[in-house]
Amino acid sequence: MLLFAAGLVGILYLGLTAQPTSTVVLLPDAEGRTGAVELHTPDASQSLNTPFASASSNARGAFVVQIENADQVRQRYAQTLAARPNPPVSFMLVFEFGSAVDIAPTFKPVLAQLLAAVATYPAPEITVIGHTDTVGSRKDNDALAIQRAGTVRDMLVEAGVDPSLIAIAGRGEREPAVPTADEVPLADNRRVEINLR
Amino acid sequence: MLLASQAAQAADEAGTIKVSNGQVSVQRDAQQLPATVGTRIFTNDRVVTGADGSVGITLRDNTLLSAGPNSALDLNKFSFDSTTHAGTIDATVRRGTLSVISGKIAKATPEGVRFSAPGMTLGVRGTSFLIDAGQ
Repeated sequence: MLLFAAGLVGILYLGLTAQPTSTVVLLPDAEGRTGAVELHTPDASQSLNTPFASASSNARGAFVVQIENADQVRQRYAQTLAARPNPPVSFMLVFEFGSAVDIAPTFKPVLAQLLAAVATYPAPEITVIGHTDTVGSRKDNDALAIQRAGTVRDMLVEAGVDPSLIAIAGRGEREPAVPTADEVPLADNRRVEINLR
Repeated sequence: MLLASQAAQAADEAGTIKVSNGQVSVQRDAQQLPATVGTRIFTNDRVVTGADGSVGITLRDNTLLSAGPNSALDLNKFSFDSTTHAGTIDATVRRGTLSVISGKIAKATPEGVRFSAPGMTLGVRGTSFLIDAGQ
């Protein structure tokens, strides 16, 4: 009788405190690299950094970790994975001398590639992102980057791209194609990226 | 006035539905809206799929989300600065499955990215993963 009561109390206790459960599976990215995720329940933490590693939280808030079979994961989550949007793609225009005029020759082939790609993206959105080299102040380069993006946006609109699809952004000198010291002129970094998503 | 509200909406915009199969809806305030390709997603939206449904959403920072059948996803918070790439993603998988390929925010400010599922929360360091919240 006492044993029975203890069992009942145990069941009630578990029932009251049982945690909901979920599972996370880490996947390699398109380049085959695998990042990391940090998982937390109220009582435990778990990091995953191996491809196809999974962690399930159990009713006690602990993690159960295993390495899953890649094909089984792809099969189990086939509908979820099939609904992934197209990965965004970028096209580059380099400003040889830092002015808008000198991108004209490279613009035509980039435009053709962009238009071909736009046709394959459902509900396409374009962000034109200006970048600079490290010559000048950060503030001036932010302004220059936006100005470059605006120039390319105008060229795209002129070429017939729907302006409502295009946003502009300026990254200034934060994201050089080729990292350099400050105040280094470099054509490779004076560029506009046309990102399609 | 109309212009101001459109501008506010644009700033608040989190992403766009790029893939929609079967039954998919967006719950916004008290409304249930059909979630077709091109539908914009905002902070506080809930995206729900039916038994035959799946949906793909690209966020403004190029994060790619997709949910399988019988899923419910709450986008609690989204912000993104396209100059610095600082931002916030706070999303909850209430049920079903979600695939995530992280974007620019996770790269620049990973501490700003948080996904939740029943019983757990996830922090992300530039990566691809699946969340299975069960039914």
